[in-house]
Amino acid sequence: MQPKPLTLRILDIVSILVLGIATYMALNAPTERVMGEVQKVFYFHIGTAWTALIGFILAGVLSVVYLITKDLKWDRLQVASIEVSLVFFLITILLGSIWARPAWNTWWTWDPRLTTAAVTELIYVAYFMLRQGIDDPDRRARFGAVYALVGALSAPITFFAIRLFRTIHPVVIGGTNPEADGGFSMTADMRIAFFFALFAFSIIFIDLFWNRIRLGDLQDRVEQLKLKVTM
Amino acid sequence: MVNKATEIKSMTIERPLSKGSFLKAVAAVVWKDLRAEFRSRELFSAMLVFSLLIILIFNFALELDVRTRQSVTAGVLWSTFAFAGTLGLNRSMAIEKDRGCLDGLLLAPVDRSAIYFGKVISNLAFMLIVEIIVLPVYSILYNVNLFQPGLLLVILLGSIGYAGVGTLLSAMSVQTRTRDILLPILLFPVVIPVLLAAVKASSGFLTGAEMSEILLPINLLIAYDIIFIAVAFMVFDSVVEE
Repeated sequence: MQPKPLTLRILDIVSILVLGIATYMALNAPTERVMGEVQKVFYFHIGTAWTALIGFILAGVLSVVYLITKDLKWDRLQVASIEVSLVFFLITILLGSIWARPAWNTWWTWDPRLTTAAVTELIYVAYFMLRQGIDDPDRRARFGAVYALVGALSAPITFFAIRLFRTIHPVVIGGTNPEADGGFSMTADMRIAFFFALFAFSIIFIDLFWNRIRLGDLQDRVEQLKLKVTM
Repeated sequence: MVNKATEIKSMTIERPLSKGSFLKAVAAVVWKDLRAEFRSRELFSAMLVFSLLIILIFNFALELDVRTRQSVTAGVLWSTFAFAGTLGLNRSMAIEKDRGCLDGLLLAPVDRSAIYFGKVISNLAFMLIVEIIVLPVYSILYNVNLFQPGLLLVILLGSIGYAGVGTLLSAMSVQTRTRDILLPILLFPVVIPVLLAAVKASSGFLTGAEMSEILLPINLLIAYDIIFIAVAFMVFDSVVEE
């Protein structure tokens, strides 16, 4: 059993620290005038959403890299990034729902972003169901890569397709939508808390991602050792 | 079986790389599927009866009276096509897998993508035949005129996208342990843009919406078809490789 690398241990501690600081900053940021306390959900909502999306995009790129190189290393990276992103995105959706209840007066609405988020979650749940049904590691990796590629292409198309209808989701950074409901502008303090939350979740994502890759490597070695014993 | 083997053999004596032989290989796969289906009719009859049953169920589930009919017809039709489509896609790949036919196909020294396109075309043919029968039946049962050239175009475009992605995914799902249940789970989330655009365009035609409103989803359908058939063409090798 290899010991955990020192950098990773340090990163573990750092991510706990930044999570604490981000929480503190979010709670102490100025309260939004109209929405009140519930707006504080926003800092973590964007933090998890942004990292999860980066993870999904990364997984799409890794699909192509794996299909070209056929090196299982890339497959392990892909599984790690999708798994962590799946959890982060679920947190995004749950936090969004908590915010939507008072802001839009409903837990859920079939808005483009919300619908795409739900579809994306389902795509990657299907991804893991597909992988579970295959024993051969090479085939599992190939099928996983193909499906992740198809999913990564289809999710944005779903988004634009639903955009044909109207949206009420607020766009806080860049662009204003007159029909959006619940948008607001940030003060300097809010901005600091916001960007710190983004930073914190990026660190946490990298930490979990790294841990998951390490876990994948260890799983792989266990499988190989098992094969050796049975042979 | 003997016929099929000799057919494939005769295909491959020629140089495998020229354009003519690629099209011939595609045609051979399509021909094989259609002929096998023409003899057994098991796939087609299952899809057709299943579609009619779904329409029947929707009748009770949605209480399709005259007023609601206008607005939900497109949705009912596309749900029917989607469910019947998975049935067909699953079966058409499972037949190949069951008796080792897929291995035989893969052994043929033709480009693997020829097999993909052949399967797409035959799956598309089954879907279209079922749709051609379901449409008049639906028209008669619910007294809605579905024979509009625009609507038929939308159905064709939607079915191409559905069969294109579905063939790729069914080639994967039949090779897994959970092959009987996996295809719809894999297919539905990635095919949502097709269903969405198709439903929007179809209901546009049925309610007589402005052409500019209908054009957008039709363009989306065309873009989806091109993107996903191109991707499937590129990755099909990795799906059937042993």
